[in-house]
Amino acid sequence: MRYNERELLSLARQPAEKAAEVLMRLPKKGSGERETVALAGGTGQTFSPGLFQPIGALLLEQCRIIKEEENVFSISFVEEPERKYCFECDSEEQCQEWIEALKRASYEFMRRSLIFYRNEIQKMTGKDPLEQYGISEEARFQLGTHKQ
Amino acid sequence: MKLNERSVAHYATCDSPADHAGFLRKRVERHHHHAHHHHATSYQRRWFVLKGNLLFYFEEKESREPVGLVVLEGCTVELCEAAEEFAFAIRFDDAGARAYVLVADGQAAMEAWVKALSRASFDYMRLVVRELEKQLEEASKTLARHLSNPALLPLQEKPTVLENGYSTWGSGGGVPGGAACPDRDGGHVKPPPLPPRRRSAVGSTACFSKLHIPVLVASSPGTDRALQSPQPPGNTTTTTQEYSPLLKRLYFRWTKHSFFFFFFFKEAVLHAPLFYVRNLCYAFHDVVNVCILCRGAE
Repeated sequence: MRYNERELLSLARQPAEKAAEVLMRLPKKGSGERETVALAGGTGQTFSPGLFQPIGALLLEQCRIIKEEENVFSISFVEEPERKYCFECDSEEQCQEWIEALKRASYEFMRRSLIFYRNEIQKMTGKDPLEQYGISEEARFQLGTHKQ
Repeated sequence: MKLNERSVAHYATCDSPADHAGFLRKRVERHHHHAHHHHATSYQRRWFVLKGNLLFYFEEKESREPVGLVVLEGCTVELCEAAEEFAFAIRFDDAGARAYVLVADGQAAMEAWVKALSRASFDYMRLVVRELEKQLEEASKTLARHLSNPALLPLQEKPTVLENGYSTWGSGGGVPGGAACPDRDGGHVKPPPLPPRRRSAVGSTACFSKLHIPVLVASSPGTDRALQSPQPPGNTTTTTQEYSPLLKRLYFRWTKHSFFFFFFFKEAVLHAPLFYVRNLCYAFHDVVNVCILCRGAE
């Protein structure tokens, strides 16, 4: 599948929301490689050996983020739950921070938050806050259209 | 660069609903090896599916796997000049990056796509969410004041985050997971979020020449300064756009006399399809985002 790799790379070079060096284990390989992992642009997590060249990206949609053993969390995708990308952090605290940040990083999460706030504001003020932006009719912002 | 392609492709075809879908013709980009660009542009008809900020395209509507993907971050969507009618382009900030030129079946389809794509990015979503968060805070404060009894105003639980794509509503119970972004600034009033504009400065300040200039993005209607491109909130890179002198005059005239501009525009831009002008009228009255392309009067 072709994709706009160049643009993803430039996305990777932008200031990251979160970046750290963690030990990463790819699903198939046994031993881990020490990689720098960065959360960028909300839906991509890029990892790079040095400072500048990402070697890969994980698009964070339809994925599960689970705490594994101490200091370790994993990312796996819905259609292949056994295939896990594992990340070993330096501390439990760092591990938790990453889990929290990653869980919030999906487009889906953003969308749900948006719907939630919209609903709340509407209940409170009687007005639809999305109207001023002209996006109140968009299907993706309607309550209950996407499965949970 | 490696990408979890299989998961991404799966996401494309899984049963989560698409935000927009339809046939579009995609311009085929060829590499030019010779000096003079002798190229016949050709287009391929593809089935496009927009999910979140991912634009997938398939060979056929029934294809089981996408042929390609465009990640819609850091891009702008513009009407564009092409031999084809109803053409628009997805362009990225990176000057050397290619543009995706797409052609819709008709006026309505084109407008729907441009709207959907220009608001598809995660950045945009986040801007709106932050804005709403603030509004909710203000609304609760106001309400609390009116009620003069804050105890009457329980804030609802925010969606419980279990897993990405699996977050559920706390119905009557739930941990406020919150969508708070750690770097939000407090108290800074921002204008309503706009879809991202093209960030690179327009090179030519000569009169309107040759290439299309994506320029005008109107903000809230009714302000005289609507056309001075407010900074999109949240952008870390801000740019000033150089407008050609002619375009500056257009701005001025537009705010004073929309009809004059209508007329002037028609005169100045030869062969401009009428829909460009119509979009201006939309913009004047009811605006989130308008991109207008002006072609050089040659």
